[in-house]
Amino acid sequence: MSFLYAAYAATWTIHIVYLITVVRRYSSLKKEVDELNKKI
Amino acid sequence: MKKAFPILGLLTAALLSYALYQALVVAPTEQTMGDVQRIFYYHVPSAWTAFLLFFINFLASIQYLVRRDPKTDMIANWVVIALGVLVCIAPYAFRTLLPAGVYPSSVVTTGIAFVGLYFLIKRLFSEQQTDMLALTTAEVGVVFCTVVLVTGPLWARPVWGIWWTWDVRLTSTLVLWLIYVSYLVLRRFSSSGQTPVLAAALAVFGALDVPLVYFSIWFFRTQHPQPVVGGGGSIDPRMLRVLLINWVAFLCFAFLVCWSRYRLERTKREVEETQALEALLEPRSALR
Repeated sequence: MSFLYAAYAATWTIHIVYLITVVRRYSSLKKEVDELNKKI
Repeated sequence: MKKAFPILGLLTAALLSYALYQALVVAPTEQTMGDVQRIFYYHVPSAWTAFLLFFINFLASIQYLVRRDPKTDMIANWVVIALGVLVCIAPYAFRTLLPAGVYPSSVVTTGIAFVGLYFLIKRLFSEQQTDMLALTTAEVGVVFCTVVLVTGPLWARPVWGIWWTWDVRLTSTLVLWLIYVSYLVLRRFSSSGQTPVLAAALAVFGALDVPLVYFSIWFFRTQHPQPVVGGGGSIDPRMLRVLLINWVAFLCFAFLVCWSRYRLERTKREVEETQALEALLEPRSALR
């Protein structure tokens, strides 16, 4: 059973880590957009 | 479309929870392997989703390369149609070459999907958009392929007694993952204007590994088990139902992640264009 739970946990860890990187890229891009808007 | 995203997100979350419940509770326990066999409901749908994403990446990359040289457009159309027809006819014309247990209908479906998706991408996406689609599907495909490479050894250890073996299925999957990781590294660190072209060429050749991974278990003697779906193997109908529910759930999840990543890439390119324009205009305003 421990291998089963490890596999399911690993799957969701991989997906969540990837989603976190996407969200972080979104927020840094949003900062850039805000700075551009201020300049314009 | 922006309003649809949270609704689709909630629906996908509900579907994934339902699929998890089906995999852990409802699906019958396999007699020889026991509960560890339930890894199957995450391992196999992740592999199918990764293959589908790499397939879309392949078609988008071809489209990107073709659009850069309009003269090749007509030739590419006919090559794609001819390949599609060949794939549809081949399992009936060369039945003896088909590995035992492969349903001809599954090969025909692949041929139709190949032609259909190619022309759908051509109709819906511009040159720059095909490049963004290729990048998006490669990145999400690598995530799903990573899941396959992690859950596989976690399933193999209690069943085979080993974490890994260098057989054709496992090695070709690792090579596939490495090809697409190198694709992403190229896109991330190369600043040349030719990067999308080089990446598209790499993706076209990289995609050739997908059929090798898929058919390796038919053509070679491997440690990896034979397919239980679409290849003449047998599976309990209740297990098949749970497998398909999980695949649909992962497909919806992959679609949403691709959508978010595509929007991110589009916004990033718009920002880069604006910054480049601003940099061009700034010296002029300084002179004034």
